[in-house]
Amino acid sequence: MKRLFSKNYWADRDVQILLGTLLRYGVIVSSIVVMLGGVIYLFRHGQEAPEYHAFAGPNDRWDNLPAILRGMWHGHGMEIIQLGVVMLIATPIARIVFSVLAFFIEKDYLYVGITLVVLGVIMFSMIGGLGG
Amino acid sequence: MTILTFTLILLGGAFLAGLLGSLTGLGGGVVIIPLLTLGFHVDIRYAIGTALIAAIATSSGSASAYVKEGITNIRLGMFLEIATTTGAVAGALLAVYMPTSFVAVIFGVVLIVSALLSARPKSSHLETADKSRLARQLHLNGSYPTPTGTVAYKVTRVPGGYLVMTIAGVLSGLLGIGSGALKVLAMDNMMRVPFKVSTTTSNFMIGVTAAASAVVYLQRGYIDPGLCLPVVLGVLAGALGGTRILARANTKWLRLTFCVVITLLALQMIYNGITGKL
Repeated sequence: MKRLFSKNYWADRDVQILLGTLLRYGVIVSSIVVMLGGVIYLFRHGQEAPEYHAFAGPNDRWDNLPAILRGMWHGHGMEIIQLGVVMLIATPIARIVFSVLAFFIEKDYLYVGITLVVLGVIMFSMIGGLGG
Repeated sequence: MTILTFTLILLGGAFLAGLLGSLTGLGGGVVIIPLLTLGFHVDIRYAIGTALIAAIATSSGSASAYVKEGITNIRLGMFLEIATTTGAVAGALLAVYMPTSFVAVIFGVVLIVSALLSARPKSSHLETADKSRLARQLHLNGSYPTPTGTVAYKVTRVPGGYLVMTIAGVLSGLLGIGSGALKVLAMDNMMRVPFKVSTTTSNFMIGVTAAASAVVYLQRGYIDPGLCLPVVLGVLAGALGGTRILARANTKWLRLTFCVVITLLALQMIYNGITGKL
């Protein structure tokens, strides 16, 4: 455990390899969730007709996280797939969050700042009311 | 057609798109949009949202391998992500207000430019003169391993590269593509970063760039789970297969054929955009 906090352990590339692994696991876990939701969705709705010719606008069943979690709780395939998609979107964002920490431990405060700016831009697009 | 057959056909199409995208370095997303809009008459807004999610999946899945080899310039990527994410958010907002036929035409033009960029011979320059004060201050200069040992390089024209990266970000957010070709152009041609470092750093940046606009798309209803299901799984499997083949196949002809196919698809998109069919 002590090793974890020493500067050498967190040498630049080691941390990034760790983050790369995080990225890969994020993709694997999200694909499994998408696949599970897909099986339920196809089992229940596989015989219906697809409807994508016209854009229907935001669907309140899966355009926000609370609704997605509610649908998942009820075992709805569509919401489970969307949960996997949201996890996929969150994966690179998680890498940014951990990079802030990594640069901080390296005492590279210039890059702590730069990484925080990137995170700020993403946060702004998330909660800045851009959803219309 | 039932949802089941629709999903299975799309799964196959997305697999091929991911395979060809990774073999040619253009990414799977560029074929997904014409496949969905021209092939299945899916509304272009759904197609854009789906393609963007596919771009995140392929970028995140493969970026780790290059970081491990030490080729990716992480500081350069992180610094330029300021440009691409701000551009991506602007692009996603632009997409909401722009007529879809116009988006289709821009998509076609960008596709042709990307195909031309990827078809040109790879440059093999190496900048060793320490000319940019900004690159020094931002610690952008780096080194990377080659078969003949570690090679150090310097980065130049930082503001110019930043500007091209912003445009790459806008296009990514507007069209739902990774715009890897433009990112490589910014680093390779503009900032004189070695080609291999440029491509891997570009791939490293695509996921974060796409995530910035994906959260806007999610709230706008562009991302539909029924379409993401086959496309994400198909493109991921295809990209995985592509990297396996890439290690041993001669991809010159494949690359050329793919560029021709993409150009034809792009022309079709432009035509449909102009005649108002998309």
